[in-house]
Parts: sequence; C-alpha cells; structure tokens
Amino acid sequence: MADTRPGATARIIRWIDYRLPFVQFLNHELNEYPTPRNLSYWWNFGSLSGIMLVVMIVTGIMLATQYTPSADLAFDSVERIMRDVNYGWLLRYLHMNGGSMFFAIVYIHLFRGLYYGSYKTPRELLWIIGVIILLLLVATAFMGYVLPWGQMSYWAATVITNLFSAIPVIGPGIVTFLWGGFTVGDPTLHRFYALHYLLPFVIVAIVLLHLVALHRHGSNNPLGIDQKGPQDTIPFHPYYTIKDLFGLTVFLLIYAFFVFYAPNFLGEPDNYIPANPMQTPNHIVPEWYLLPYYAILRSITFPILFISSKLAGVILAFSSIFILFFLPWLDTSPVRSARFRPIYKRVFWLLVIDVIALGWVGANPPEGIVVTVGQIATLYYFIHMLILFPLIGKLERPLPLPSSISAAVQSGGARLSGAGAPLAKP
Amino acid sequence: MAPERRWRSPEMLKHVFAAMALSTVLLAPVLVRAADEIPLPRQEWSFEGVFGTYDLASLQRGFQVYKEVCSVCHPVKHLYFRNLAEIGYNEDEVKAIAAGYQVTDGPNDEGQMYQRPGRPSDPVPGPFPNDQAARAANNGALPPDQSLIVKARPGGPNYVYAILTGYKEAPEGFKMLEGMNYNEFFAGHQIAMPPPLSDNSVTFADGTPATVPQMAHDVTSFLTWAAEPNLDDRHRIGFKVIMFLIVAAGVFYAAKRKIWAPIH
Ligand code: HEC
Ligand code: HEM
Repeated sequence: MADTRPGATARIIRWIDYRLPFVQFLNHELNEYPTPRNLSYWWNFGSLSGIMLVVMIVTGIMLATQYTPSADLAFDSVERIMRDVNYGWLLRYLHMNGGSMFFAIVYIHLFRGLYYGSYKTPRELLWIIGVIILLLLVATAFMGYVLPWGQMSYWAATVITNLFSAIPVIGPGIVTFLWGGFTVGDPTLHRFYALHYLLPFVIVAIVLLHLVALHRHGSNNPLGIDQKGPQDTIPFHPYYTIKDLFGLTVFLLIYAFFVFYAPNFLGEPDNYIPANPMQTPNHIVPEWYLLPYYAILRSITFPILFISSKLAGVILAFSSIFILFFLPWLDTSPVRSARFRPIYKRVFWLLVIDVIALGWVGANPPEGIVVTVGQIATLYYFIHMLILFPLIGKLERPLPLPSSISAAVQSGGARLSGAGAPLAKP
Repeated sequence: MAPERRWRSPEMLKHVFAAMALSTVLLAPVLVRAADEIPLPRQEWSFEGVFGTYDLASLQRGFQVYKEVCSVCHPVKHLYFRNLAEIGYNEDEVKAIAAGYQVTDGPNDEGQMYQRPGRPSDPVPGPFPNDQAARAANNGALPPDQSLIVKARPGGPNYVYAILTGYKEAPEGFKMLEGMNYNEFFAGHQIAMPPPLSDNSVTFADGTPATVPQMAHDVTSFLTWAAEPNLDDRHRIGFKVIMFLIVAAGVFYAAKRKIWAPIH
C-alpha cells in the first residue's frame, strides 16, 4: 500500500519546487493567474487554438505510424488507413477536418484581436508572435494537404511552388531546389512530409513564447482598458477554466458534426483521384482557409512597372499577411477597443466582408466579374490596412472610456467573492 | 443574472448578421452558376442522414451488377474479397466468390508467375493488366477505378446515378465525336462509356425486377459502400459522441453559471 499520510504529496512537491519551481509555475500561470473579469466568449478562441494544436499533433503522429511518403504509395497508404487500420478513418477525418477547424478558430482569434485592439501597446510582440504562428500554420497545412497525393495535392503543390519562379533570375533555380527535381515528385513529397512533421513542433515552441508574452501583461478585454488592481481581475481557475471548458464542448460539437456526418464537405472531391501529372484538373483550388490569399495572388492581371503580374501577385499575397506585423504602428488610435471607437467599429466589418469576398473570388475561376471583384477586394484590403487604419485613428473622436473594468462591470458595486484574491505582483 | 453583459451590445450581433447576409448575397452567384448545368436529380439513399445505414440487400444486388456489368471495364482497386463479409456474405460465400476469379501469383520455385483461384485475402482483380490495355479496349478512354468514384465526384451518389440513367439521343445539331455517347449529366455531354445498363442486364436472385433505375440505384449504393465502408460505424459512433457532448455542454454550462454567480 502506498503511503497515504496527508502531506506526503505536498512534501514531495515542496521538495521539487525548491529545486525546480514547476508546480509553482503552473499554479501561478494557470490557477492564480489574474484575468480580467469581463472577458467575453470571444476570448475562448485562444485556448481552443492551443487544444487544436495538440489534437493535430496527436492525430498526426498516429497517422504517421501508418503513412508512406512516396509518390507510388502515399495515396494507397492513406486509403489503407481509411479502410484497414482500426479507427483509421476516424483519425484521418479528425486530422483532415481538424485543419479546417484550426484555421476557423485562429481566424476568429485574429479578428477578435483586430476588433478589440489587442495588438496595441504593450502587446505588440504578442501580436507579432501570433502572426508568425499564422505563417507557420499556413505552411504546415499546405504541406499536409500535399501528403495524401491526390489530384489537388499534386496540382496545388505544383501551382504554389511554381510561384517562386516569378522571382527574377534566381526564381527557376529556387523552384528546382524546392522540388528536388524538375517536377513535383517523389523528393518533393519526402521533404514536405519531413517539414510537415517538424513545423508543428516549431509552432509549439512559438506558442509558448506567445503565452510568455501574454502573461507578462495579461489578457486584453472587451473594454480595452488596463487592469487597475485586484478589483478588476479574477483568478483564472475556476472562472475561466470552466468557461473555456464549456466553450470547448460547444466547439467539439461542431467539430464532431463535421467528422461524423460531413467529413468530406470541406474537402475537394478531386483529392480522391490519385495524383496524375498528365492531367490538370479543371479548377485548381486550395483549401477554403487559403482562398483569400489565392484570390489576391490571382488578382494582379497586369504588370506593374517592371514587375511581372505573377511576381506582383506573389508579393501582394505574402504582404497581406506580412502587413499584419506593422499593424500596431499603422493603427494610430490610442483607444484599443472598437466599443469606444464609433467609426472603426463599423469599418471593421468592411474588412470582414472584404476577406469573405476574397474567399469567394478564390473559389471561382478567374473570369468576368470574379476578376473585378477580386481586384476591388484586394485594393480595399490594402487601403484598409495602409490608409484607413492610420486615418481613422487620427480623425475619430473616441467615446469616453470607463474609469476601470470593475467600475464598468458592476455599476452597483457588488462585491467580489473571496475565492482566491488576485495577486498584485510588484 | 449570468448571460451575459456582452450581449448587452446587440450591435455586435447585428453586425454579425449583416456580415452573414452580405456574404450570402456575395456567394449567391456561385449557386446560380451551378444552376446552368442540369441539376442532379436527388435520389433517396438509405445511408443519408444522421441515422443512415447501408441497405445490405441493395449492396449485394449492387455487387452483382458491378460483377456482371461494370467489372468488364472498371476495377475496384481498394476492395479485397474479405471486405464482402461486411455487406452480409458469410465466410463460405466470400470464399466461393473469390474462387470464381483467377489471380496471378508467384513467382513459384521455378521462377514462374502462375494463375490460381482467388482467396478472401486477395484484392479484387481488375479487368485489365494496366491503364494502356484499358484505354486500348475503350477507344482511348480510361474507365476510372470505381472504389472511390462516389467520393471523387461532386454530387457523389446522385451524380453516379445520374450518369447511369442520363443517356439520351443527342439533340438536333449536337456534334458527336466518333464512338462517343450523349449523356445529359456528363461534363460536355460526350462520354466514352457506352450505356452500361439496359433492362434485365442481370437477374437478381431475390426476384427484384432488374429495371435500369433499380440497377443504377443498387450499384451506386454498392459503390458508395466501396468508397466509404465505415459509414455505418461512423454514423453510430457519431451519434453517441454528439449526445455525450450535448450532455457535457449542459453540465458545464450549469457549472459555469454556478461558479460565476457571485461575480455577476
Ligand atoms: C464498356 C466498358 C464500360 C462498362 C461496362 C462500364 N463503364 Fe463506366 N466508363 C467506361 C469508360 C470508358 C469511362 C470513361 C468515360 C470518359 O471519360 O469519357 C467510364 C466512366 C464511368 C464513370 C465516370 C464518369 C465521370 O464523371 O468521369 C462512372 C461513374 C462509371 N463509368 C460507372 C459505371 C458503372 C456503375 C458501370 C456498371 C453499371 C459502368 N460504368 C460500366 C467504360 C465502361
Ligand atoms: C499544426 C498542425 C497541423 C496541421 C494544420 C496539419 C494539417 C494537415 C492537413 C491539412 C493534411 C491533409 C489532410 C487530408 O486532406 O487528408 C494533413 C495530412 C497529414 N498530416 Fe498533418 N497537420 C498538422 C500536424 C501534423 C503532425 C504533428 C503530424 C505528425 C507527424 C502530421 C501528420 C500528417 C500525415 C501523416 C498526413 C497524411 C495523412 C492524411 O492525408 O490524412 N500532421 N495534415
């Protein structure tokens, strides 16, 4: 029988903590961690992203034990996972739809940040780290999509890698280097697999930095004003653990619905046809979460000065993400939350609509009205970022801010329960 | 009262709805565009919906249609004879079906490849040794593998059914290429596959009349199973998972209300 004297575990923990303050760290960051008391459900999407990252890594490693990264065998090995591996279909559908869910969550998380000004002082680095995570996520998902080696896998890889050929002089060399040959082929698949396995762990490391930066100043909140003392905060546990848990369950319901009842709804039927280098599909489209970038890429149908239309498209598509790095300085408003920014609050939704329109453009063959809408939407995106952000901040007259979170929340002056009074750290 | 002061800003919701409405307007052209092709007639499938399951009798009839008609041209590369046990054949029947095929095995001790009767562990052999042979026998066109065809076409089972029943006289003035057939639902309307089904192409053991729509329905069901053999399990497990999550969501919501009560 184990020693069940009270205090045994506590003593062990104390012994360890004295040497390696791990439990103390967890307690501080996940239990006591003072959190604004007014976070809305839009704040659930951060922890959801983290959970999805874990789900992707776990299902991914399990798939990897059965998957064969060679051009001759990849497609069949995925089908064997679907048919002969116990619950292989479940793993594969979890991973496949998990990618989509991950992006949906991350995009909501990002737009939440845009609405409530979460990128502003002192959270600039936190935001920049987030954008880096988005870039890595796009790369990871793109390479993952190549792995089942269906028609869309093959042709998406061909189209996207070919973009680099737009770079003058060295472009074609880079493309050959990326392919490891003269077309997308076996070596390409091998290296994409290696990187698809590696990058998620790089993301984990960067997510940890994201959290360090987050915990330095704590979460922003719907009012966008700073925490002014213990009356503004509540301990993370149990308040936000339970709220996150509830949000997680609701999210899992949606995820489960796709996995069990519409597992291929978000995918392309063409990817159930094995890759065939001799036959180009009618429409090559990326997964839905990459459609807006694809739309921007194709929107430049004319050369700009000495830059070819293709290169200009590539530059703009990359810029559409890179520009987010500069947002903390492009937005000149001293007020964070859109709640107190009467103009920005409306203009924000134009950006949402613009991105949805870009998605629609990306999904359709570039003909007629689609091209025009794509060009207008691309133009608007950059106007929004480069002109509207600085301008609105200057022109707008913000509403008066509440004096503190607690003042705004409890107009009646109700008392905070004694449960774990928040710490005011020096 | 817990839920929730942020809904006090119904503006946020209003904006969400406005954005959704606008995106619907924007997306409408996609739907419109699909409409200038002839829409696929929707069939009733037993495997649709949350409680959908395969109808084994239909799958077995469908297998018969595949075996006696389609297998002359189309392989089902991802199916093994043993899989047939999942559609209701017993062990002896599976063995007998497999033994009805000759498969190539080897090399034997003399280094020769040889033919032997199939076993349940063998993949179902296709009609042609390679794609070139298949094209040569089909006027240059390749009859695609059928074990994933239902998942590999937009419209899935409705599309396959529509192709099988969509043969017509070419309209006046429509230029047909040599050896092609007019089909309402095939992209471009010219398909290299001759109409595979005609009434009584097969004789069903269970006495079901072998009309073209009946055979098309059964073989499409069979091909859907071939593409997605785990659908029954998926639907069954999914239902349990979703029920569990609904209960859990209720419990966590109640707990959240309770824990947050003093704060509000
Ligand atoms: C005489 C040979 C032959 C027979 C028998 C035959 N097919 Fe085909 N099938 C073809 C050929 C050839 C094609 C390729 C058509 C093309 O690309 O124009 C094809 C294509 C198809 C397609 C794909 C159409 C598309 O969207 O690309 C389906 C579905 C199909 N066949 C189903 C069946 C079914 C079900 C049966 C049995 C009832 C059957 N076929 C019997 C030769 C045949
Ligand atoms: C950031 C996390 C990840 C994302 C966003 C992601 C995304 C994807 C996507 C979109 C696919 C294509 C799915 C399909 O269409 O079939 C895929 C496939 C795959 N991924 Fe990942 N993945 C992630 C992490 C991982 C990890 C950590 C591994 C394990 C080493 C892994 C292993 C695989 C394998 C083996 C496949 C091919 C099997 C298949 O296509 O289903 N993934 N991934």
